[in-house]
Amino acid sequence: MIEFLHSNLSYILSGISVGGQFALIAIGYTMVYGILRLINFAHGDVFMCAGLMMVYLSASMPMMMAIPLVLILTVALGFIIERVAYKPLRSAPRMSVMISAIGVSYLLQNAALYFTGGLAKVYPEIPWLSKTITIWDASTKVVTVVTPILTIVLVVLLSLLIKYTKIGMAMRAVSKDFETSELMGIKIDRVISVTFIIGSFLAAVGSMLYFTNYASVAPTSGGMPGLKCFVAAVFGGIGSIPGAVIGAFIIGICENIIKGGSSIFGIGGSGWTTFSDAFTFALLIIILVVKPTGLFGEKATDKV
Amino acid sequence: MGKKNKTELWIALVAIALVYIVVIILEQTMSPGNILFTVLKKGAIYSLVAVSMNLLNGFTGLFSLGQAGFMLIGAYTYAILTMPVAVKLSDQVYKYYDCIIHFDTGILVGLICAGIAAAVFAALIGLPVLRLKSDYLAIATLGFAEIIRAIFQWNTLGPVTNGANVMREYKDLTSVVIPIINVRIPPTLFVFIVAGLCIAFIVLLINSSYGRAFKAIRDDEIAAEAMGINLFRHKQMSFVISSFFAGISGALLAMFQYTVVASQFKSAMTYEILLIVVIGGIGSISGSCIASFLYIALSEWWLRGLDMGKFLGIDAPGIFRSGFRRFIFSIIIMVIVLFFSRGLMGDKELSFRWLAKKLRRKRSGEAAAKGGGPNA
Amino acid sequence: MKRLSAVILSVLLVLSLCACGSSTTTTTPTPTAAAGNPVLKIGVFEPASGDNGAGGKQETLGIEYANSVSPTVEIDGTTYDVELVKVDNESSNDKAATAASTLVSAGVSVVLGSYGSSVSIAASPTFKEAGIPVIGITCTNPQVTEGNTHYFRICFLDPFQGTVLANYAFSELKVTKAYCLSKLGDDYSGGLVNYFVTAFEALGGTCVQDTFPDGNSDFTSYINNAKNEGCQVFFSPVSTEAAQLIINQADSQGLGMPILAGDTWDSNVILQAAKGKSVDVTVTTFYPEGANADFDSGFKTWVAGDSTRLANNGGDDTVAAVTAMGYDAYFFALQAAVNAKSTASADIMQALWTTEYDGVSGHIALDQTNGDAIRNTAYVKHCNTETGAWEALPAVTIG
Repeated sequence: MIEFLHSNLSYILSGISVGGQFALIAIGYTMVYGILRLINFAHGDVFMCAGLMMVYLSASMPMMMAIPLVLILTVALGFIIERVAYKPLRSAPRMSVMISAIGVSYLLQNAALYFTGGLAKVYPEIPWLSKTITIWDASTKVVTVVTPILTIVLVVLLSLLIKYTKIGMAMRAVSKDFETSELMGIKIDRVISVTFIIGSFLAAVGSMLYFTNYASVAPTSGGMPGLKCFVAAVFGGIGSIPGAVIGAFIIGICENIIKGGSSIFGIGGSGWTTFSDAFTFALLIIILVVKPTGLFGEKATDKV
Repeated sequence: MGKKNKTELWIALVAIALVYIVVIILEQTMSPGNILFTVLKKGAIYSLVAVSMNLLNGFTGLFSLGQAGFMLIGAYTYAILTMPVAVKLSDQVYKYYDCIIHFDTGILVGLICAGIAAAVFAALIGLPVLRLKSDYLAIATLGFAEIIRAIFQWNTLGPVTNGANVMREYKDLTSVVIPIINVRIPPTLFVFIVAGLCIAFIVLLINSSYGRAFKAIRDDEIAAEAMGINLFRHKQMSFVISSFFAGISGALLAMFQYTVVASQFKSAMTYEILLIVVIGGIGSISGSCIASFLYIALSEWWLRGLDMGKFLGIDAPGIFRSGFRRFIFSIIIMVIVLFFSRGLMGDKELSFRWLAKKLRRKRSGEAAAKGGGPNA
Repeated sequence: MKRLSAVILSVLLVLSLCACGSSTTTTTPTPTAAAGNPVLKIGVFEPASGDNGAGGKQETLGIEYANSVSPTVEIDGTTYDVELVKVDNESSNDKAATAASTLVSAGVSVVLGSYGSSVSIAASPTFKEAGIPVIGITCTNPQVTEGNTHYFRICFLDPFQGTVLANYAFSELKVTKAYCLSKLGDDYSGGLVNYFVTAFEALGGTCVQDTFPDGNSDFTSYINNAKNEGCQVFFSPVSTEAAQLIINQADSQGLGMPILAGDTWDSNVILQAAKGKSVDVTVTTFYPEGANADFDSGFKTWVAGDSTRLANNGGDDTVAAVTAMGYDAYFFALQAAVNAKSTASADIMQALWTTEYDGVSGHIALDQTNGDAIRNTAYVKHCNTETGAWEALPAVTIG
């Protein structure tokens, strides 16, 4: 067992690292869904935009200034998207909001395509994170180790925020019952904005970690990770933050094990990697059929 | 059916016939390389798939995002079936595999099989998926489309699907002939005929008792069930029929493109079709058709200049560079989604009465404005 | 009021995006030519976005430079202005067909392109239907020209390139086990890997093959696969977009074996990615910088004179092989039109079979079966990771 772990440590390490990055994005999905019942398709593209902002900003200013600025700009982007594209549709059917989300995603991707000239941009090296280290004979970047720790710290902070602060309480109330909490005097718009701000902030952090590992940002970079993170959120039980984190780790690790399938299990053939993306969706369908509320989901209240 | 409705119907039929006559005339008089025909063909194909999506999303209220997957099944089924045996056995297309399918069929059989293959698959995945509600259904169908794409790219299936490599040399739009008299059907006309027949079928379906059941499910599932409508059976039926036509449109797309490859049927394609449906108006067949022609014409033709340095006579390669077309286009889409969320047609159909009403309203609005109406 | 604020916010959104993409572009001066001359339209069918955008842009630069060098051509006693009609095929098979029909509709006489074999294969029938000849510049997959009479090509083919690379790996690097990575559904990398495997196994080596799906950016597991399987060389002739990631992750994962690739990797994108990293990259290509000093210096001056061009060339003035090939393709097309004594597509297509031209990348003549260039030399380059420049290794000639 130890031997097996040792020889395949590098797969597991990359799995944990990518899982942590997915977790940070998945939280954004799960929080928005918990409150608005909206799959925010644009969230993955916000993540991509954060990456691009970093590319452009770091070219013109030192890293220590660029990092906070990227965080602020990404948060602003998330806030503006909510105000422009989702708020006017608050009373519209859910499908319209979702279509609006798809529209925003399309817009962000095409804007990125235009401004980057359609080429992938090389992500700048964040000095300390990009360093190569060796753990138990498996060489990797510092970011691989930092990611899970940072993810857990952020999740704990977020849980504290939700549990003990006033706004956190309001968020919980809104996600329980939208209309009633409004009647109780909670400022719904404010709660929703805060949700988007937190989600975008985490996406920006996630993007820094993710792109330090995979140092190239293309307009389509956000698409697949976005979808996978949503799957992670559903898998863990949408609306539940620990669920999203665990779901993301499971997906990240499984994906890397599948990619290394022929080497890890000694079963040959190159068919394995074809299904590395499809696997995520297969997992989604299985969980939806078997336990639609996800691993940690609350019991669904079917509104009549 | 009242007398008024009957005249309406006749007017509509004459208008449709006129469209076909115009297509025939255009195709006889203009050079086939003209971009107009590309737009007409692709527009007709997208009309069909948009209408098939509308049947699900607009008329049955099932928010499915699996259209690209079903198109892929249709396109590949068609390509595999109609590729001549001689090509299959040589290494022209199947370079790295030995094709195990040793027969080929005609275009018509290929098209129908494409639809059937997609429908069978839809029936299979419908069993688990259709029990899910709204956005769960959307994400599950989207997931299935991705899984289908992976399966078709799997190299174990290479002897059938040519792995992830490009499929070509099958019967395309230029090889359509009427069997016995050996007359070549012009490509654009053929696409219009097939798409037209399929859309006509969907229109008939929607106006039948099944269609009314679909709409009842869309408006209120519980009420519909109370009225004795078998929810699952009707949802399944709508899903399968929609996929059937998505499969046919996939086959048409394969014919139109001459080559087809699984990697093009991404979720972006489904989003594109969904946006067409939204622009046209969710629940309007004519809206979907108009929107898809507009969408294709704008993106492939009228706005091309935005990408190529010159637009409306303005020459500014610095701004009008690659990607600007899609950027402008997505802004237009956002504006439609936000401010005209009912789309071009809402849930109405294009008819002369509708046009007349619009005109009348406009005129009365103008009159009111002139007369200093209450709003002024 | 609400709408107004929404509009203002959306404008803000757009502006904020503009801000992060602040690009300095100036208008390219169009080559001035005497008015009133008849026009010869040449279609440029190249990707400017997507996976192959970087390479497509460099190839287009070669054509544009050639056009600036020689904006007119004398055909049968008449002077024609050459007009380039450029269209972006977005490196995507489904966009290729419609992009091609845009060119057909614009009435071009001959088409140049594309970088990337998949789009060339996808667009080929559209050009065939319209009877327009196409000159493939750097699409190396055999399927592009096979079995048709309208698609020509001025570069070498993948069976040749695959053999050269396999020979190089086996006899120069002295390795016997290779890891081959290609992109799923990409005819270029899939084809080249296949020819490499055939040649390498014929020499007595063994290969491990893997594919990665579209949009994948996590290559660490593939790199680990190569290490765990005990492979001695990493062969991944993929797009430059994926190449950046592979180089970066090979460095951080400690790949520890040489990386081999085909002509796509001969790009300054690779040089920039590999600079300062501990990777060992060797590629085969069409043209080594320095082979034609006049062309190199002329091109460098031309590129440096305009910021858009410089950006399209990847930010510096390295001469990519595809640029030289694009330059040759332009003159090859003009030569064909001169030989045909006509600007009609059908005449040019006829004349192309017998056209010969001495380009900067060598002598170009086409064989009479598929219309492929008769080329038996591939240049081998090795990346110097300290200086971030290519070092030429001895060229390989077969047959």
